[in-house]
Amino acid sequence: MAEQKEKPRKVAAMGMVPYEMALGPTWTRFFEGFKEKKILGTKCNKCGRVLVPARPFCSRCFEPMEEWVEVAQEGTIVTWSYVNYTYFGVTPDMIPLIGATIKLDGVDCGTGMWTQIGGFDIKDFELVTKKVKVGARVRAVWRRKRQGNFRDIDYWKIIE
Amino acid sequence: MGRAVAVIGTGQTKHGRRDDLSYPDLVREAVKKVFEDAGITPRDVDGVVYGSMPSMMEGVAYNHFYFADALRVVGKPLLRTETCGSTGQSVAHTAIHWVASGMADVILAIASEKENEGDAQATMMTILEPFLQVVIGGAPIAFSLQSREWMGYYHIDDAKAREAASIVSVDSHDGGLANPLAHIRVKLSKEDITNAPIITYPVRFYDVCPISDGACAVIFASEEKAKKICKKPAWVKGIGFRGEEYFIGDSSKAVWQSTIEASKEAYKEAGITNPLKELDVAEVYNPFSYQELMFLECLGLCPPGEAPDYVIKGTFSPGGELPCDPSGGVLCTNPIGAAGLIRVAEAALQVTGKAGEHQVEGAKLALSHAMGGAMQFNGVTILGSEL
Repeated sequence: MAEQKEKPRKVAAMGMVPYEMALGPTWTRFFEGFKEKKILGTKCNKCGRVLVPARPFCSRCFEPMEEWVEVAQEGTIVTWSYVNYTYFGVTPDMIPLIGATIKLDGVDCGTGMWTQIGGFDIKDFELVTKKVKVGARVRAVWRRKRQGNFRDIDYWKIIE
Repeated sequence: MGRAVAVIGTGQTKHGRRDDLSYPDLVREAVKKVFEDAGITPRDVDGVVYGSMPSMMEGVAYNHFYFADALRVVGKPLLRTETCGSTGQSVAHTAIHWVASGMADVILAIASEKENEGDAQATMMTILEPFLQVVIGGAPIAFSLQSREWMGYYHIDDAKAREAASIVSVDSHDGGLANPLAHIRVKLSKEDITNAPIITYPVRFYDVCPISDGACAVIFASEEKAKKICKKPAWVKGIGFRGEEYFIGDSSKAVWQSTIEASKEAYKEAGITNPLKELDVAEVYNPFSYQELMFLECLGLCPPGEAPDYVIKGTFSPGGELPCDPSGGVLCTNPIGAAGLIRVAEAALQVTGKAGEHQVEGAKLALSHAMGGAMQFNGVTILGSEL
């Protein structure tokens, strides 16, 4: 190719598609529970596991999970991470934040839905490493106004 | 596993920020190189396998249509395979299955990513539905959560894990310096890494892979063709792949069954009983240095919970018992869709003595690996210098 003077350039492009995603009966009921400050799981009648979020069918037995169980709002931290960086969906006003997976009492899996640890000054990193540990006990703190989605649990409070 | 299969050529682009080329041109760079390396022409190829991340990462759905010319696929069958981060392993396995089955003799496998064209994190968050498993911050937090779960499960203290992760990062960056095609080529000290800003604690800046553009192509052939075409093929000794449930909390990510089972299957096929002793080099998928620690255990390269001890005593460092990621690994080069196939290509270079400055002296048996999905998939391919 002959020598080219201009620097290769780029062209701006944008793709945006709005969706309406069906929750189905199970996840609809699960989020209805949030409105009443209830965490609902479903139980598999074959293997006996209780899972949160509730499931329409057992991932292992493939049986429908039709038995509803209201589960505890306390549990233990399976894992956590301290986010101190902005990403897509994480704006400067949101950081720092502490994401976590929590095993609720009586539930047979970890739950990690927009699960954030809070209720104290999480900007104090030393304090975070003192208080937030794998195995630490936590309790759900609900928003005053609930709309039936994952944001209804404002944060999980460390129980001393 | 069906018929014997060999790698008869590899081609990689210069990885990095490749604003200089359109995406098809980037793919062509790897395809051109693989044909030069194998010494054959597209006429000798029976079919093409291609994969990338969800193609909205670069804004063109089904980008293999866009690349048809660059993939040299006109007039040939084409399969697309994708499993997120493990796409490259899946692409290799699809090609291997195709040849091993006897339905084809020569298959061109290609994988690519041009991450700088869009917002990689935004695309990665779309692999989850947006109402139940909302992982804030995409991949870095997901894999930091996994690392912390592993540290918590085995009661590994922060300081020890930190030291081991820093060694992984130093070694990988030294590898990147020795690999002219790597994206990140910089000399780092342990202090640079330990003092870097927190991204998603415990993960700091130099524990995280870059956003890379790059493509990789590998040609697989049957035994008969390989012996005819290639003086020194790299033989596929064993492969393994496993998937897991969708919900991240349903199973342990500290004792990661899909990694464990995928590698066990590959070892069994390859006749490997003591991978640490028998393997000469490993290209472990390490987008995060902490994650490599967990992989070393789950791939059976050291006992569970002891990866930091092994790393600290130098087992996986250059000159150690089993050098890991001499190419710089994913920590230095991460065009995601291609990253798993780059591991396969690097393993082939190692067992054929063609790795240049980052060659592990006398390597005869190499492991390559990648993981992907919502911590859902693991693939392993073992290559050897002997059939």
